[in-house]
Amino acid sequence: MNPRRKKRLTITLSIVGAVAIATGLMLYALSQNIDLFYTPTEIVEGKGAEKTLPEIGQRLRVGGLVVPGSVVRNDESLYVAFHLVGSGEAEVIVEYEGVLPDLFREGQGIVAQGTLVEPNRIVATEVLARHDEEYMPPGLAKELKGIEHVPPSQQKYNNAGNGGAL
Amino acid sequence: MWRWLHPYAKPEATYRLNQKLLPWFAVPGILLLVIGMVWALLFAPADYQQGESYRIIFVHVPAAFWSMGFYMGMAIAALSAVVWQIRTAEWAILAIAPIGAVLTFISLFTGAVWGKPMWGTWWEWDARLTAQLILFFLYLGVLALYAAFEDERTGAKAAGILTLIGTVNIPIIHYSVYWWNTLHQQSTISKAITRLEKPSMAPEMLWPLVVCIFAFMLVASALVLLRLNNEILKREVRRPWAQAELLEEKH
Repeated sequence: MNPRRKKRLTITLSIVGAVAIATGLMLYALSQNIDLFYTPTEIVEGKGAEKTLPEIGQRLRVGGLVVPGSVVRNDESLYVAFHLVGSGEAEVIVEYEGVLPDLFREGQGIVAQGTLVEPNRIVATEVLARHDEEYMPPGLAKELKGIEHVPPSQQKYNNAGNGGAL
Repeated sequence: MWRWLHPYAKPEATYRLNQKLLPWFAVPGILLLVIGMVWALLFAPADYQQGESYRIIFVHVPAAFWSMGFYMGMAIAALSAVVWQIRTAEWAILAIAPIGAVLTFISLFTGAVWGKPMWGTWWEWDARLTAQLILFFLYLGVLALYAAFEDERTGAKAAGILTLIGTVNIPIIHYSVYWWNTLHQQSTISKAITRLEKPSMAPEMLWPLVVCIFAFMLVASALVLLRLNNEILKREVRRPWAQAELLEEKH
């Protein structure tokens, strides 16, 4: 390789390398802020190496799995409350008044945005559903995981309020 | 070892090679696209959780996959353009960028359309979505920078350097769902390839997806070849070989 090309190659690669290192350090420093949500464990026990607890009144997002059997609904309104659990033992309570996404059900991953009103209670203004990277036909899901997911349009409701048991 | 590459620094040689390659990308590409789409939309089973809505994956994943793949292709062209100052490599940046931008836009748009019924939102500033949006702006930035200079070769150099710096974003897009908590789920396909795990997608869904991914690659490559040949002809229009080529096409 002739010396001028070699020089250009070295300069280019060092610029790209320097930008990569700078970006890496920046993302590392900001890593806690890039997380979209707190896990229930992080809300109860604190987040990061310093175990910082979120403050009461703080607006935040929490993400976890809806604990089966914990969903409570109100017959007269859209009010719903449920427990959320992460990979650990800790659980937080989420209260929400509004329309839930179609994928919402017990055991489902969700992300709720709202205000922390007690150390483990969040009043949500928005509830989003997560889904995992598994895709399979309904028959296989029933066989493998014992899940029978009924789309909301086909769910049978006894009355306007009772949907939680499904 | 790289000696076989040398003739393609000459625009005419690249043009001839592209002409020869084009049918090998276009014909199987269009065929596979038709097969893949019919298979995916009509014959693949519905998902246990998302029902029919999941079918948007057959457009979303190939577009997102190759929005990154073509960026890496553009980066290779940019490196050749900046270090070896080969004109055909500079034009290759210009040929790839709009195709990549369109693929990125498709992935963002289908993602939003998918997100609304499943997640409950069109858009969320989560790490994966934001990084992909930055990729879209990078493509547009490369195009804008290329055109921003009076002298085209200066523009090509600047666009090439931006392309190379932008490669930093590619691993961020890919690993964002592992490094941080995101609304976006983790990857289905690359996990199976890189960690040799059993794919977390039933085979009767996975195969049409694989066909669609190949089809997108072939069709997008054919479009890049067409665009590159256009760029070459546009700049070489005064050369005898290009004149002869254009006359031949007229008849």
